Amino acid sequence: MLITCPYCGPRDVVEFTYQGDGNRERPDPASQNFEAWNAYVYDRLNPAGDHNEIWQHSGGCRAHLRVVRNTLTHEILSVAFMRSTHTSTARRKAEDKS
Amino acid sequence: MVERQSPLEPEFHIGSHGNFEHGVEIILTETGPGSIVQLAAWPGEEKKLIAAIRTVAGLALPDGAGGGLSDGVKSVFGFAPGKFTVADEAEGLAGAFAKAVTPAIGTVTDLSHGRTAIRIAGPKAEWVLAKFFAIDFALPAFPVGAGRSTTHHDVFAQIQRTGSDQFDIYVFRSFARSFWKALCHASEEIGYEVQ
Repeated sequence: MLITCPYCGPRDVVEFTYQGDGNRERPDPASQNFEAWNAYVYDRLNPAGDHNEIWQHSGGCRAHLRVVRNTLTHEILSVAFMRSTHTSTARRKAEDKS
Repeated sequence: MVERQSPLEPEFHIGSHGNFEHGVEIILTETGPGSIVQLAAWPGEEKKLIAAIRTVAGLALPDGAGGGLSDGVKSVFGFAPGKFTVADEAEGLAGAFAKAVTPAIGTVTDLSHGRTAIRIAGPKAEWVLAKFFAIDFALPAFPVGAGRSTTHHDVFAQIQRTGSDQFDIYVFRSFARSFWKALCHASEEIGYEVQ
């Protein structure tokens, strides 16, 4: 399985660390809503198909990535930085100019 | 200044080794830069950090992820969003950057004693490195000056291409000797020279 890191380009999955389900919404840290916390900790969609996931390119640029992966085919449908301020510079494009 | 010892020393044997009867196709050296500095910009401050690199090191970073350049004395390349490695033959680079990179722009980490820089050169350099790292070493995909961060057996390596058939590899000092031995073993079948 290859994941195309927006910074590093296509890399083998061994360079990446799975950081969990990307559909979770963390309640406010001060929240006393136990149902919301329970949902955050335990409830998962577990879809047979496209799934929002968080990955870290731990063996490369160490950026956290928002990945959509198909759980049936392992196809990676999209990869983006978690941090929106990172510019998703297309490496090949930028270097073709030189 | 205290003289820095090379972590490779017990395994650093100058001369030709391996299957070199038909010529040496790999040259291995330790570049031993006086300074290795890691710079990181806070989000949105990247341009100011790139300007500081130009002021302090005199190197104008090209656009694009992993872009870099080397003038033979100083080298710089991007290895992550907003993060750069700068190396200099002279010592004292971290101090110079600490003045130019203010706390509002980003951080300066002196890795001069924490990393070892190994240079692999020769017509088979790409071929040997392809045994280690699952990245594209072909010149169009990995141009001269550019940097890549990847891992070998879960150990980080930052690689900068400093010539069409020359790469500088920055590895953790504590893993450098084992990585060096692995590089030597991988180069044995084509013949290598340690300089």
